[in-house]
Amino acid sequence: MSRLSPSQVPVLIPMDLMVEASPRRVFANAHTYHINSISVNSDEETYLSADDLRINLWNLEITDRSFNIVDIKPANMEELTEVITAAEFHPHQCNTFVYSSSKGTIRLCDMRASALCDKQSKLFEEPEDPSNRSFFSEIISSISDVKFSHNGRYMMTRDYLSVKIWDLNMESRPVETYQVHEYLRSKLCSLYENDCIFDKFECCWNGNDRIGFYFIEGAYKLQQSSFSIAHVPFSFPPPPPPSVVMTGSYNNFFRMFDRGQRRDVTLEASRENSKPMQVLKPRKVCAGGKRKKDEISVDSLDFNKKILHTAWHPQDNIIAVATTNNLYIFQDKVN
Amino acid sequence: MFPKGTKRKFSDPGEEPVSEEDQAPVIPSAAARTLTSAYSLQRQSLLDMSLIKLQLCHMLVEPNLCRSVLIANTVRQIQEEMTQDGTWQIMTQALAAAQCPADRLVATEVLCRQTDPAGQSPKPCSGAGLEEGYHAEEVVMEGDVETEVTMSTLSPVSPQLSSASYLAGPFGMGPCWEEEEEDGECEEDEEEDSEECASESEEGDRDHLSPDTRTGEQVFGTFEIKHPAPPPDPALEELFSDVDPSYYDLDTVLTGMQSAPKMGPYDLLESLSSHGPTALSSSSSCRSDLNELDHIMEIIVGS
Repeated sequence: MSRLSPSQVPVLIPMDLMVEASPRRVFANAHTYHINSISVNSDEETYLSADDLRINLWNLEITDRSFNIVDIKPANMEELTEVITAAEFHPHQCNTFVYSSSKGTIRLCDMRASALCDKQSKLFEEPEDPSNRSFFSEIISSISDVKFSHNGRYMMTRDYLSVKIWDLNMESRPVETYQVHEYLRSKLCSLYENDCIFDKFECCWNGNDRIGFYFIEGAYKLQQSSFSIAHVPFSFPPPPPPSVVMTGSYNNFFRMFDRGQRRDVTLEASRENSKPMQVLKPRKVCAGGKRKKDEISVDSLDFNKKILHTAWHPQDNIIAVATTNNLYIFQDKVN
Repeated sequence: MFPKGTKRKFSDPGEEPVSEEDQAPVIPSAAARTLTSAYSLQRQSLLDMSLIKLQLCHMLVEPNLCRSVLIANTVRQIQEEMTQDGTWQIMTQALAAAQCPADRLVATEVLCRQTDPAGQSPKPCSGAGLEEGYHAEEVVMEGDVETEVTMSTLSPVSPQLSSASYLAGPFGMGPCWEEEEEDGECEEDEEEDSEECASESEEGDRDHLSPDTRTGEQVFGTFEIKHPAPPPDPALEELFSDVDPSYYDLDTVLTGMQSAPKMGPYDLLESLSSHGPTALSSSSSCRSDLNELDHIMEIIVGS
């Protein structure tokens, strides 16, 4: 046994940074199916976890108890035709959350209505386009991700071919639809065969739409009731906040849609095709016909290189994009 | 996208029925006659592909309930449309007419056994479950010399692809749905099985077209996590990651079905096998990447 002599003082030795992930809390045994979402509530006390058939509500401090708030498991599993695919709390209303399904529906629920949120407050669903109907219609309508906008007025959903923006006040159809890779529509059978049609892409909002929050709150209240102008903190009508949404695709491509300017761009996350600190070059996929120089034809896309996970910094224009084995961080080349 | 040179099927409404010896002549309904043969071929191959996917769902790296539900809904959709056209009935009648030889049916039925009464077999859908499934195949198929070699590597696929079993009746109601659950239990009680299978095969014949309500439940029941899955044996996974893609080739398997109508273009299945290696090798390379990552994490954490 080594003994420190009384005069020895422990010395601080600088070392390389070591990263060790260790669980702080384990919330166990509340799910019997695979968990697809967790979402921390705006009250910062509770959070939800969702699996294929159930959603549970937890207190962050209590690991051995949770409340079941949604349960869509049928009594007879043979009757199962729909599963939960994603869930998220509203960014400001701590009683409100949404969950999406494999049939392309989104349900907005209010926890104050009842303990078990079986009946949704709102059901968002776009009617099917009969001209585009095929045996794959249901599969490609399955929603893989749902995200509220930072200001809480909109939500975005991602299905296989598109990104849709919904106004929370309008359930009948989305207010905007962006095609991510429409050229895949004619390839759905091959994509079904190789299982790519089941890929779950995420989507995200840029951070800046938070800037518009105060503008919009003030203007909104002015329309609803008789607020005097003095209560509106900023000028009315407010300019629309810049808003960009982003999602991934195949061949290590990811897409950004500028909602305000109605522009979109395809970029690539690949070390071979761009050097660090170099501005990303926009890509273009040639759907058919003559392929221009620098365009990539649909048939040469690599479907093993998929970007499923993307994230946008909540305040700055910095994005993280995950390919199969690498994580890329890009930032805006402003100054 | 679709293979050329597909074989004509008996149910092709636009052409003369292919003469099969044990085939009862069928008259397509008026609705069936209006279908283009291309569309019905496409639909049939989609149906076949979907059924194969459902039966192989436990061969995925990660079990996926959402995927299975979507595939099941697709099959249901096709089946509904075919029922409306009248082609579903034609197909099931033809299948009933073209019975498997009795011994083949018995061999299949051995795996189509009852679950334990609670129906809650603790079988995680993981590498360990797969391992049991493979062992089960070897135990059961002992007497079947000619296909033994293929069977032991083909595993859950082979006996299930007896099309008479899985297409009987409305979708999802054929006895073969049970097999996904049964694999883990095949190791035990072989003697009981043979008794059960004798009665089951009779049941199977009689209830050919009637729904078996346990089956869908058991397919989707596979996904429930009963207890933490034991870590998959990496050596075993390594071994089976090189499964011969020819298991997609129905011809090898359905040796008892010589006179049966073809269930779909086999070219499609061959093209499936050409996709097979890509899918398999990418999943095994992902696994080796994960192993590397684990190794690296061990080094980092351990130091």
